[in-house]
Amino acid sequence: MLEMMGLLLLFMIIAAIVAIETRDILAAIISVTAVGFGVIIAFFYMRAPDVAIVPIVVEVLVLVILIRATLRVGLKTFVGNRDFFGMMVTMAMLFVIFLAAIRAFNDLPTFGEPVITRMMDAPSRLYIANGLKETGAANIVTAVLLDYRAYDTLGEATVLFTSIIGAIAVIRRKARKKPSEPEVGEWEE
Amino acid sequence: MSNGMTPIVKTITGWVKGFILVFGIYIVLYGHLTPGGGFAGGVIIAMTFVLITLAFGKDEALKRFRIGIASELDSVGALMFLVIALLGIAGGLGGTFFTNFIAKSNPGEPYSLMSAGTILLSNIAIALKVGSSLFLVFILLVMTKVLYREPGEKP
Amino acid sequence: MHYALCLMLFMIGLYGVMVKRNLIKIIISLIIMESAVNLFLVMIGYRKDGIAPIMTKGMEAGTFAARAVDPVPQALVLTAIVIGLGVTAMTIAIAMRLYERYGTYDIKEMRKLKG
Repeated sequence: MLEMMGLLLLFMIIAAIVAIETRDILAAIISVTAVGFGVIIAFFYMRAPDVAIVPIVVEVLVLVILIRATLRVGLKTFVGNRDFFGMMVTMAMLFVIFLAAIRAFNDLPTFGEPVITRMMDAPSRLYIANGLKETGAANIVTAVLLDYRAYDTLGEATVLFTSIIGAIAVIRRKARKKPSEPEVGEWEE
Repeated sequence: MSNGMTPIVKTITGWVKGFILVFGIYIVLYGHLTPGGGFAGGVIIAMTFVLITLAFGKDEALKRFRIGIASELDSVGALMFLVIALLGIAGGLGGTFFTNFIAKSNPGEPYSLMSAGTILLSNIAIALKVGSSLFLVFILLVMTKVLYREPGEKP
Repeated sequence: MHYALCLMLFMIGLYGVMVKRNLIKIIISLIIMESAVNLFLVMIGYRKDGIAPIMTKGMEAGTFAARAVDPVPQALVLTAIVIGLGVTAMTIAIAMRLYERYGTYDIKEMRKLKG
């Protein structure tokens, strides 16, 4: 089980390197979708079926949108990274972040023994023990999402709304003339 | 893309789209008992319309689900979620924001559809919101043509 | 060990964001970073030989409480995934706009053309 998880992570790392280093943009997009599906299989391994259903659709949508954004414009691939000095600064920063993260790992619980196994008054423990009695929902994830911590979901709805409005404001070409005009095809040339 | 794909794809899409829609609605309604919920069901419902758009072209999809209706459903979902939250205060149980007032006043049989009170309604609201948002952003980004004009060229 | 591999995935994405010149490659690196963070949050809640936090009929509450994985990170990741799609869509919209303005996805060229 744990070895399987490690192999899956290795697969994801290789796919990520391919996605970043390949010259072909189409291959890069398909590789990043491979990373996404690796994450989905990992979610199933870690007993999170609720989380695993959503990214299946999300990955497909991102794939279609990215291909649409790149294929029609007659893409030229270009070689080379940013300039040398910037590269050195980047590497130094990456190294510092890596060291800080490795140091932070000392304080984390080991994989497979989360906080709820040791901490007797963790909130998750209360949610698991009383979830069905208090909310009536057998799916504890839904109980946490829409009852115990519904504030988070309300904030998420606001953020999603704002980002969609931002995308519409960035992409559309002409303002609507009259409110009575139909909106269909407004973004078409 | 506006003409759609081959007849094979169109026929298969015509058979399959209803089943996907029904499956999405099932995931939304039984989200508090089985894996799923508003987010998963919403994206599956949006996927139905994405499939129709890819197979039949933009015009056919917009005939079924207009952009105006999509943006209205988006707002209706967000408002519904907020109203459910505010009803928790007004429920008369001395509750606070997001109190589950239905399940507290008359708890249903466990493991049945009506057992969870406002969670079912919240699931429906979230599904409306997420589904219509995803459809909007897809139709927006896929149907926009990317054009480049030379600096001196007039549009 | 598993956390370190997850960190590797995140660092690869960070390297892509900082080093690459193509806007599409930068967006791809952002998606990789997002996947790594979601995976890490779910990994924190995993319990060895655990079961999914969904009760079924006939399951005793005691055994369920002793074996279920942590539901809170899963609930938070669920919202983070949908927000990630919104953010990705907005970055792609900005990239398409920049292409229309400058005729390239290369950020170095864009800086030259602006001056």
